[in-house]
Amino acid sequence: MSATAPTETLLTLRGVSKRYPAPEKGDIVILDGIDLDVRAGEILAILGRSGCGKSTLLRILCGLMRASDGEVRYRGAPVTRPVPGISMVFQTFGLFPWLNVLQNVELGLEAQGVPAAERRARALAAIDLIGLDGFESAYPKELSGGMRQRVGFARALVVNPDVLLMDEAFSALDVPTAETLRGDLLDLWLERQIPTRAIVMVSHGIEETLMLADRIIILDSNPGRVKAELKVTLRHPRDPESPAFRHLTDRIYAAMTRAGGLQAAGIAHRLPGVGAQQMIGLLDEVAWPSYGSQAELAAVADALELAVDELFPIVEALELLGFATVGEGHIALTAHGTAFLEADILRRKEIFAEHLVRRVPLAAHIRRVIDERPQRRAPESRFLRELEDTLSEDEAERVLGVIVDWGRYAELFAYDYASGEFSAEDPGTDTGAAA
Amino acid sequence: MSLHTTLPTAPGLLSRLPNRWDLLALPLVCGGLFLLAWGSRGMTVPYTFGAPLPISLDPVHLPEYALRTTLRMAAALACSFVFTFVYAKLAASSRRAEQLLIPLLDVLQSVPILGFLSVTVIWFVQLFPGSLLGAECAAIFAIFTSQAWNMAFSFFYALRLLPKDLYQVADLFGLSPWQRFWKLEVPYAIPGLVWNTMMSVSGGWFFVVASEAITVANQTVTLPGVGSYIALAIQHEDLGAIGWAILCMAVVIALYDQLVFRPLVAWADRFKFEFSQGQAAPRSWVLDLFARAHGLRALAGLLRAATGAVARALARRLPRRAWRPVPRIKWRRVALAGWAGAAWSLALFAGAAASIVLLARFVLTEASYAEIGRVFVLGGCTLLRVVVLTALATALWVPVGIAIGLRPRLAQHVQPVALFLSAFPANLLFPVAVLGIVHYGLDPEIWVSPLMILGTQWYILFNVIAGAAALSNDLREAAANLGLRGALYWRRVLLPAVFPAYLTGGLTASGGAWNASVVSEVVTWGRTTLNATGIGAYIAQQTAAGDHPRVVLGIAVMSLYVVVFNRLVWKPLYDRAQQRLATD
Repeated sequence: MSATAPTETLLTLRGVSKRYPAPEKGDIVILDGIDLDVRAGEILAILGRSGCGKSTLLRILCGLMRASDGEVRYRGAPVTRPVPGISMVFQTFGLFPWLNVLQNVELGLEAQGVPAAERRARALAAIDLIGLDGFESAYPKELSGGMRQRVGFARALVVNPDVLLMDEAFSALDVPTAETLRGDLLDLWLERQIPTRAIVMVSHGIEETLMLADRIIILDSNPGRVKAELKVTLRHPRDPESPAFRHLTDRIYAAMTRAGGLQAAGIAHRLPGVGAQQMIGLLDEVAWPSYGSQAELAAVADALELAVDELFPIVEALELLGFATVGEGHIALTAHGTAFLEADILRRKEIFAEHLVRRVPLAAHIRRVIDERPQRRAPESRFLRELEDTLSEDEAERVLGVIVDWGRYAELFAYDYASGEFSAEDPGTDTGAAA
Repeated sequence: MSLHTTLPTAPGLLSRLPNRWDLLALPLVCGGLFLLAWGSRGMTVPYTFGAPLPISLDPVHLPEYALRTTLRMAAALACSFVFTFVYAKLAASSRRAEQLLIPLLDVLQSVPILGFLSVTVIWFVQLFPGSLLGAECAAIFAIFTSQAWNMAFSFFYALRLLPKDLYQVADLFGLSPWQRFWKLEVPYAIPGLVWNTMMSVSGGWFFVVASEAITVANQTVTLPGVGSYIALAIQHEDLGAIGWAILCMAVVIALYDQLVFRPLVAWADRFKFEFSQGQAAPRSWVLDLFARAHGLRALAGLLRAATGAVARALARRLPRRAWRPVPRIKWRRVALAGWAGAAWSLALFAGAAASIVLLARFVLTEASYAEIGRVFVLGGCTLLRVVVLTALATALWVPVGIAIGLRPRLAQHVQPVALFLSAFPANLLFPVAVLGIVHYGLDPEIWVSPLMILGTQWYILFNVIAGAAALSNDLREAAANLGLRGALYWRRVLLPAVFPAYLTGGLTASGGAWNASVVSEVVTWGRTTLNATGIGAYIAQQTAAGDHPRVVLGIAVMSLYVVVFNRLVWKPLYDRAQQRLATD
């Protein structure tokens, strides 16, 4: 927003897709046809549910990954490998524990072959800038999370990047620490103390995004596509309590929820990894009379202190099981949802089981296979192989883990961890001694 | 705030000037260099195979022999490091390489090391005709085989577990593959690698002693060293000399522990990939001394600058290739990896089949099918010994280890002793045992057996102590709160808690027992020879007779026993422990 001159485009993405080959049927598509410009003078935020490929997009931007299709250009030249002008701050800091603060910061310069004396001077300057002076000889394990991420920033800034990428840079920090660090970064940016000309951030925190960004791109998931774009023209410092800020929050929630119920797409539907307890907790909140017939997702998220990537999987699970409907940033209970919520513990399990069989094809499939077999048991490898037709190996294992959890809660089938077998009856009789 | 032994970063002149710590540290370094030069001068003297090497039983020569023995160990260690870096890096570089190299490593780990020796010594002697270097190489190779496999495993798994984030940081900041290797991959692997290396070296003393004096085809090669000294002492029935050798070896191992093992483990601690300051870090006075000696540090700085310049020049020549994640092998899917994958799998199977045919033809030139059957029976005898002895050692050391581990102050003192005992080459004690058996007229079939596990039982104790010491205070308090006592407390809390640690110890102990069977099923004292029935004795006898096909047969059968035993017993237990006791 501080840009005055006709804006220069630093990074251009045209038709960028990312696919992974699946063993049998076609490909797993992570990103599909993304067009994007990163302009000088802006903070661009990419927002989306977990699994929408936003981190992948960031890695394609800086050349850590190659796109399957389309092209990425940095100042006109195609990006096929990491470019010196683009650096990144990682969610988990990505510090080398065996190097002290100074050595960690110097690392990038060392790789560029900068002479030792200059390296030292520049690293010390970056350390001063980010407020780490005094900690030069400390090792990462001696630092708190906030100070560690400051090392991450110093390391990224010391190479004087044109474009700074932030991959969930604040989400591993506690709230006050994250706010302080964010404020410091914003000051450096607004006062032009760093030569960085654009910042691209990936985040799942809506408030955090609105505090920083000049422009927000919202990604759809499965596959990741650009769903909406939002300009933020609020002045800094921004006040999260102001009406304009809240209006933008609502618009983002609305953009991130799609109307029209959610149906599981076959047995390999990528089930959200949430447990029944979380679903009940959310239903409980939504049923609160003060919300009326439907609740604002923003308000629910606030009340339960949930970030977007925590909220949406629960919402998705509720939609999938037919306990709630979602649209335009609002959530409402269905009749089934109300019945489920009001039932006692045992009856809840029965309702859950009914919905699981009816609405989640994988659960029905597992139950059917078990029932068809004479010993009423089936090995997990059989289902994993089916899932791996369209999912990656890790994702297949994750999805199977979710269905094991749901199936156990519903007492639909039992699963033996040691043998990796599904079975019909619950072998709760296993009291054999360990060892 | 913890103390650490690292250099402060202030680059002032003062910190480069020598201080009083240099007075201690510098002589240590110079002394080390001198010993290295002095000890290695005898390695390449002219020698013809079969000629006797003069060994003297005069204890005055023992320090020199000990030095020669130690240098063999060091040479083997250097080779093991090179092997580890190359092999593990290769195996981690692609799925296909892993598919071949990792099972291969698994099997190599199970091959009895001392069986190898007879086959390799001839080959090495022919490689360096007229020089002692051939025999030296054979001994070094034997020690190498006792270290390299598990070091390579350790490095391989470190490469596998290295967080993707750090690779991306390295790529993003433009580290070359060379820089990536030394700045990221090696440091990440160091804690595991150092620990494994040090354990290997501890185990290696046994093999270095056993491989110095070897009889092949009725020719005895005795390399100057403690092992040869012992062999000669046995021949001359000189109990005094045996005592001297035991004392000398105890001193060597104590020095190794203080000057090498502890400093290295303490130093490696800083590379641990953890961001919390947990338990007290291991300390070592030698490391502290070197950290405080300024002059030495300046010297080290110069050295580092020089190697840095070379490394940079090298790095510029290497191609800049970005890191690509290598997907993990899911073994159940290996066969389905497309046409090229299928062809590769087919080639591997064909190679394996061809090797079996070649091996069988070689063995059958000498041995009949009936003999092969007999060797399997012998293997069964040794298996019985290994199982019984491991069980006995378990029954003894698990309760003792738990009792010690639960008392932290006691554990602190016992742990180093157990480590020392596991490093001490038990074969030095064999003559004493033989004397005992002969004196009391005991049955060698039974009483020779304990020798197999004499040296390796300490691994069980060592690991169980560590496992019990790591039992969380919460669990102990919860158990006390619930009123768990006596047998129930042991069955539900203590035994399951130390089970994973015990498995590590038990596996090492039983593997070591197989290896030791080659030297412990046939033991001698002067003209007295005690023979037990078993595959170890078979290999030893055929080695002495120089009958290669039979030696190979013995090694192959023993390896098969070890592999199958590990697969059917230890691996399932291991998997079970991992699954049951993992908390997340």
